[in-house]
Amino acid sequence: MDVQSVRGFVGTKLSFADASPDVGLRKSEAMDPEALIHLVSASGLRGRGGAGFPTGMKWKFARAEVRSPKYIICNADEGEPGTFKDRLILTDFADLVFAGMAIAGRAVGAEKGILYLRGEYEWLHAHLEGVLARRRNDGLLGAAVLGNRNFAFDIEIRIGAGAYICGEETALIESLEGKRGEARNRVPFPVQSGYLGLPTVVNNVETFAWVPCVVEKGAEWFSAMGTRKSPGARLFSVSGACDKAGIYEYPFGTPLRRLLKEVGGEDAKAVQVGGASGVCVPAAQFDRTLAFEDLATGGSIIVFGPQQDMFAVAENFQHFFAEESCGQCAPCRFGNVRLHEAILRMREEGLDADTEASLRSLAATMQAASKCGLGQSAPNAFLSILDNFAGELPRPRT
Amino acid sequence: MDIPTHLQSEVEQIISVHGRDRTALLPVLQDLNRAHSYLSQEAMLCVARELGVPRAEVYGVATFYSFLSTEPRGKYVIRLCRTISCAIQGKYHPAVSALLEELGVAFGETTRDGLFTLERTNCIGLCDQGPAMLVNDEVHVNLTERSVRAIVREYRRKAAPVGA
Repeated sequence: MDVQSVRGFVGTKLSFADASPDVGLRKSEAMDPEALIHLVSASGLRGRGGAGFPTGMKWKFARAEVRSPKYIICNADEGEPGTFKDRLILTDFADLVFAGMAIAGRAVGAEKGILYLRGEYEWLHAHLEGVLARRRNDGLLGAAVLGNRNFAFDIEIRIGAGAYICGEETALIESLEGKRGEARNRVPFPVQSGYLGLPTVVNNVETFAWVPCVVEKGAEWFSAMGTRKSPGARLFSVSGACDKAGIYEYPFGTPLRRLLKEVGGEDAKAVQVGGASGVCVPAAQFDRTLAFEDLATGGSIIVFGPQQDMFAVAENFQHFFAEESCGQCAPCRFGNVRLHEAILRMREEGLDADTEASLRSLAATMQAASKCGLGQSAPNAFLSILDNFAGELPRPRT
Repeated sequence: MDIPTHLQSEVEQIISVHGRDRTALLPVLQDLNRAHSYLSQEAMLCVARELGVPRAEVYGVATFYSFLSTEPRGKYVIRLCRTISCAIQGKYHPAVSALLEELGVAFGETTRDGLFTLERTNCIGLCDQGPAMLVNDEVHVNLTERSVRAIVREYRRKAAPVGA
C-alpha cells in the first residue's frame, strides 16, 4: 500500500519539516551523555502522549540505573479516539523518530530500541522497515552508529494486536513480553524495572521526533515556543464537524478558539479535547488554552457541530471504554459497563437526582480506585457532558 | 490432543523466525492467525508446548487481543470504525447500510462463502478521512454508500479463481 495515499491534510507549517534528523544525531554523538540529558531537560520537553512527564528527567532516572541491558521503547500504539498525528509523523518523519530513539539510547546507555506499532497501523510496517534498513545501511543504526564503537544502537519493530490499553506504558511492556496487555502497578516505574524487568524508557512517537530538533537547534529555540509550564509546540489531530480536518502544529498556550477558526469549526457547540479520556469543552469555554496547565491533551481535538446530540457522544465514548477495559480491576471492568447502560437509559428516560448522585459516586470511585489511567480517566467525558449539557436529556418522569 | 504433522512443522518454522521464548508468543500467534484466519485449539496447544508457556496463558493472550481470533473468520476481515469522528459523518449510516446489504451478514458474522467477516472496531487513526475501515491490513477512507460496494466487489474479484 502507498502510505502517502492516506497522508492527510496538514494545515500549518510543521517544525519537523525544517529539521535534519542526522544533524541532531551527529551533535549528540559528540556530546557527553550527561550534557545531552541536561540539554533535553533545559528545553523543557514533556511527553507528548498526554501525561506530560519531563523527558529529560525520565532519561536521567534511566541513566542512573546500573542494570543492563536497558531498553528504549517508542510507543506507537496511537489509539486514543481522534488521534492520528503519529500516523503522519511515521509516514513523513520516521527518520526523526528513529534518530530520537538513538539519541535516547546514547543518553541513557541503551543499545536496544523497540517500536511498538499498533496493529491498526500494520500498513505502515513495510515503510518503517524500509527506513530502518536505509539507516542501517547509512551507518545511522547498528554496532557503531556514525562509526563510533562506543555508540551501538538498533531498533526492532513489534506489532500490536488491537488493544487500546497497550498505549498505557506498562501494559505495552506486558504485551511485548508476550502477555495480556494488563497494566502493572507502579512503583516500580519502567525506568527502574520495565521490559524483562530491566531499565526501560518509554516515550511517545512525537516526543522522540522532537528530540533531534531540540539537539540540532538548542533548548532555547524550543522553549521560546509555548508557555513556561508547557514549553514548545505540539501536533494536534483535528477531526469532526469542521471544514479542514487534519494535522496542525501549534505552540502550547494557543487558545482553543484560534484553532477552531483555522480549522473551520467556529460554529462548534463543543469540542472534545484529549479524546475519549479527555474532557468535553462547551463553547462558553473556548477561550481556554491548549497546555498541560489548562486543557491537557495528547493532541486529539474532535469538533461537534450545533446539531450534535451530546449524549450520543457520551454513549459512544463509554461504549469504547467498556470494550477496551482490560478487565483486570473491578472499578473499570464494572464501572464502564454500568455507566454505559446508564447513559443509554438516561437518553430515553432522563436522569433523576438520585440516579445522578449514584452515577457521580460511581464515577468518583472509578477515578480514584482504578488501577491505571484508562479506568481513572474513563468517566471524564461523561461527567463533562453531564456538567454542561444535562439540559439535552429528556425530563425524567416523576 | 494430537498435533497434525503439517501444523507442527508450520509452528516450528514460525518459531525459527521469532525465537523460542515467551516474548515471541504474540508474533507467533499473529503469524498463525494471519495464515489460518484464526487460532485453532491444536495451534494454540502446539505453540504452548514449543514455547514452554502454559496453555491457559496462550489461550489468555489469544482471547485478549481483538486482532486474534479463536473462531474461524473470513479470508478478509472488514473492520469498520465505530468511533465518534467517523460515526458523526453524514456518509456513515448510508455506508453502513450498503455494507450490510452488499455482504448480507450482520456485524460479527462471516459470509457463507467464507470470504468476509464484518466487524466494528474502535478508532483506527483515520478520523480526518472518515468514515474509514480496514480490510485485513489495507486501509479504505472517505467511505460512501457507493464506495463500500465497489470495495467489497473488488475483493470478491481478487479472490475469484482465475478464469472464473
